[in-house]
Amino acid sequence: MSDKDDLVLDVSGVTLQYKTPQYLVTATYRVNLEVHQSDRFVLLGPSGCGKSTLLKAIGGFMEPVEGTISLRGRPVTKPGPDRMMVFQEFEQLMPWKTVLGNVKFPMLASGRFKGRDAHERALAAIDKVRLTKFTDVYPHMLSGGMKMRVAIARAMAMEPDILLMDEPFAALDALTRRKMQDELLALWEQVRFTMLFVTHSIEEAIVIGSRIMLLSPHPGRVRAELNSPGPHGDEAEISHLSKHIHDLLFGHELSARRPAGVA
Amino acid sequence: MNTNTMKKDALKLRVRPEFERDLVDASTIGAAEIPLTPLQRLRNNTAFRRGAILVMMALIWQGYALWLNNPLLFPTFSDTVTVMVRDFINGELLGRVMTSMKVLIIGYVIGVALAAVLTTLAVASRLGSDVLATLTAMFNPLPAIALLPLALIWFGLGMWSLVFVLVHGVLWAIALNTNSGFRSVPETLRMSGRNYGLTGVRYVVLILIPAAFPSILTGLKIGWAFAWRTLIAAELVFGVSSRSGGLGWYIFEAREELNTSSVFAGLLTVIVIGLLVESVLFRAIEVRTVQKWGMQR
Ligand SMILES: Nc1ncnc2c1ncn2[C@@H]1O[C@H](COP(=O)(O)OP(=O)(O)O)[C@@H](O)[C@H]1O
Ligand SMILES: [Mg+2]
Repeated sequence: MSDKDDLVLDVSGVTLQYKTPQYLVTATYRVNLEVHQSDRFVLLGPSGCGKSTLLKAIGGFMEPVEGTISLRGRPVTKPGPDRMMVFQEFEQLMPWKTVLGNVKFPMLASGRFKGRDAHERALAAIDKVRLTKFTDVYPHMLSGGMKMRVAIARAMAMEPDILLMDEPFAALDALTRRKMQDELLALWEQVRFTMLFVTHSIEEAIVIGSRIMLLSPHPGRVRAELNSPGPHGDEAEISHLSKHIHDLLFGHELSARRPAGVA
Repeated sequence: MNTNTMKKDALKLRVRPEFERDLVDASTIGAAEIPLTPLQRLRNNTAFRRGAILVMMALIWQGYALWLNNPLLFPTFSDTVTVMVRDFINGELLGRVMTSMKVLIIGYVIGVALAAVLTTLAVASRLGSDVLATLTAMFNPLPAIALLPLALIWFGLGMWSLVFVLVHGVLWAIALNTNSGFRSVPETLRMSGRNYGLTGVRYVVLILIPAAFPSILTGLKIGWAFAWRTLIAAELVFGVSSRSGGLGWYIFEAREELNTSSVFAGLLTVIVIGLLVESVLFRAIEVRTVQKWGMQR
């Protein structure tokens, strides 16, 4: 497979702005990135550097003022089920549908999968995130981690070209977050989906990512793109990478003070 | 030992021994549930408690009316119920109720449909939302009854005048609540819906309406109460000249004949229907929707 064949997402020179009644906010400035097949691509940067905005633009919710975004060669113009988004907020689940209903909904609404097929795929996805016991339960009866697993199952079941995840574990407690990171990686080992994962935690970026893009503070500009050894890397390598990322993001003087986490 | 070191010792945290233990067996806890006694269960039943209050009120009514002993002013509960049952059986009251209900349902359905159209337009475009905001601001404070003269000019004496007034009574309350419900749908839920490629009417029906259902239900309830009140009032005014009135006309007629227990029977019917719709119909919808979904306690 050549390098261009497995290119999934191509963002080039993208500048994103918000027009508020008072002023114009530039969220990202001339960002380039390429996500390839089965990448675990992490966008890492401090809060407010435009990560969510960039993800929204890739999702098709926002038009760049400059630059282009294309998915498998097709320009992104509007939201669509070929890019499934997972958000941080638990409200993304539909409270009026059971776990099964939530997972099935995008398949049926988009017409991507139908009837029996959708049903079986949904059950399989729910099984993958180990929620089979809760298939017919409404979201309000689930814990935060379980809700997030439903959201992930729902996105994965659609078999999108790319999974767009915006700090999906940021609202969870530290223990649950750890567990969810491991589970996500285990799922990736099974399915090898392509994902673009946003986080502001250096630690999380190193655990999750195969490749990490660093964005500068406001307005977000590309600072670096690094390879990560992933969760199986040895400790020395990981701590070296972590320090390196610190230095890139904050300069040398701060790196001694802040061991992990950008914001 | 001087006092200084003694103070220090007193301040030092007492070190308590650490321990680890095997878990207590908790497998029997499931059997420890004690079933509630029938009386306790009855007291936990909302319908029973509210029913008991109604019975109490009926008893007080009966007692007061007997003590007053002036059936022309204040008939007893038993007299009222007797008249009510009699008129239901001979079909008079039932016919009136049917007439009222028919008008009510037509008006309510048209009102809900118009509210749906208006709020959908309001969601779809800024112009629509401005139109809705302006219209509700203008018409919501206008009492429905005040439109009756105009309705009579436009539609003449007949059902459609009432329907017109009812639609006005229902529409704005529902549109206002639905619209504010739509506005408070969480951003991530909206984005999820559009992520699946939902747009237009499908987006409204599949995402916005269920997500805003608590507000919509409130709007429907308020709309219902407005409609019912407006209808009875309009019939009281309107029935005078029409002769084919509903419940309001029944009450008016009874007053003309100084038939107080029939007036009471009519009013009681109004109340009973209101209660039934509110605490049976809407309650059932609530339990099956917003409560089941955990969107409302
Ligand atoms: N809806 C909005 N309107 C105006 N400015 C916004 C809006 N959303 C985000 N911003 C601004 O854009 C910048 C980037 O925000 P965001 O993409 O949410 O950052 P991140 O996700 O990296 O924390 C911030 O300065 C923020 O204040
Ligand atoms: Mg963000």
